[in-house]
Amino acid sequence: MQNSGSTRTFRDLIAANQRQSALLAVGFVLFSVVALLVFTLVLVALGDPGALEAMDLATLGAVALGWFTIATIYTVVGYWRGDRMVLSVGGATAALYDSQLDNVVEEMAIAAGTSVPKIYLIEDEAPNAFATGRDPSHAAIAVTTGLLNKLTRDELQGVVAHELSHIRNYDTRLMLLLAVLVGAITLLSDAVWRAQRVSRPSSSRRESGNAGFVILIVGLLLAAVAPIFAQIIQLAVSREREYLADASAVELTRNPRGLADALRKIAADPDVLDNATQATAHLYIINPSRGLFGHAGSMFSSHPSTEERIRRLESLLV
Amino acid sequence: MPDPTTLIIIGIVLAAAIALITVYNGLVGKRVETQNAWSQIDVQLKRRHDLIPNLIETVKGYAGHEQETFERVTAARTQAMGANGVAAQAGAENGLTQALRGLFAVAEAYPDLKASQNFLALQEELTGTENRIGFARQHYNDVVGQYAMALQQFPSSLVAGAFGFKPAEFFELEAAEEAAIQAPPEVRF
Repeated sequence: MQNSGSTRTFRDLIAANQRQSALLAVGFVLFSVVALLVFTLVLVALGDPGALEAMDLATLGAVALGWFTIATIYTVVGYWRGDRMVLSVGGATAALYDSQLDNVVEEMAIAAGTSVPKIYLIEDEAPNAFATGRDPSHAAIAVTTGLLNKLTRDELQGVVAHELSHIRNYDTRLMLLLAVLVGAITLLSDAVWRAQRVSRPSSSRRESGNAGFVILIVGLLLAAVAPIFAQIIQLAVSREREYLADASAVELTRNPRGLADALRKIAADPDVLDNATQATAHLYIINPSRGLFGHAGSMFSSHPSTEERIRRLESLLV
Repeated sequence: MPDPTTLIIIGIVLAAAIALITVYNGLVGKRVETQNAWSQIDVQLKRRHDLIPNLIETVKGYAGHEQETFERVTAARTQAMGANGVAAQAGAENGLTQALRGLFAVAEAYPDLKASQNFLALQEELTGTENRIGFARQHYNDVVGQYAMALQQFPSSLVAGAFGFKPAEFFELEAAEEAAIQAPPEVRF
């Protein structure tokens, strides 16, 4: 990734990322409308079976339009306010001036030719970091106090360069939209399952007739599969971005050793990050939850295996 | 119903025009990027120049009779501030780096100076600025390289030639430093 021919590739990848984000936003709104429509019908069928047959195309259209508006507003709000939510979920507060951290962040921003992101601090001894923001001029990098205490300057520089690359490559935008999507789908399917449980048993299903029954089955199936499916997509996208961010980080620091050493140190650290949840795990430089789903490289892992990342970084050493 | 050949010709001309505009705008974008990257270096260089009078004053307080070193630094700073063009700037900045090295070598002989908070803060600030200059230079050279590639690659090379796009100069600090090593500055005792 170091010869001059690859600089073009980085640009292509960034452009592809931006296209992907736009497609995702549009696709998500459309998908949500279909899913919400089906879920509405399921809820109607569960509540009053007769009402389903009484529904005409106009009512259906009105419901679809209503859901379309809600899905759009939801996506837009997630896009504009998501970074603040991510930061507060991660327990990050605006950092006071720290000459080394500030210098490193500013140096990397200069090397990347982007504006300097806001710097946030997480009071936690587990060394880790993440980035968020919809574009490079509305971005933030959050690091834990443990990261500052345990890493050398070169290692910190590697980590900051990795996070800044997520911002510059528009990974943070993609991840924000993906988080919005996964969150919404999980919420929806949850609502359907709850409704199904509280509705009157068996009798209502028979009364609702054939169409109602099919919709019910499809709806429940969708509710069961959609969240898992959405999360698998999210994690696959996330895994792929990690390699790219590692490579772009080296493009900035010209020092693969720093990031490789940092990854090794963070992965080996016994402290566990308190504020990381399943929903935000994929944002961190190294997966903070090393539990059941933390198995590196698997379909349910947010990050490729650290050994593989280090191996790729060290192959850049000449 | 227009003639199909006319339609085809119109289509080709339109496609060619769109391609030309796209390539031209791409080149302009890359040229602007080199200018932006250069202004980033400029900001950092200016910051470095601004630090020097303060540094000299501080060192003077402890080592007043090292007049020659001060003069060399001041002259190098003046030259760097007046330099025009990438190559001249690179050369002048290199001269300034050499002169500053001399100043810090002098400071080694004054333990009180080396322990002074003011001096330490200035030294730290200068190191930080030099780091920034390094990264700004790296970014500038990357962008210049991409621009140079676009100027030479087909088909953008055709557009570049027709509209007179000129390659930007690399900011070669290493080359200047190498030259300085081969021809060390005169040291008089």
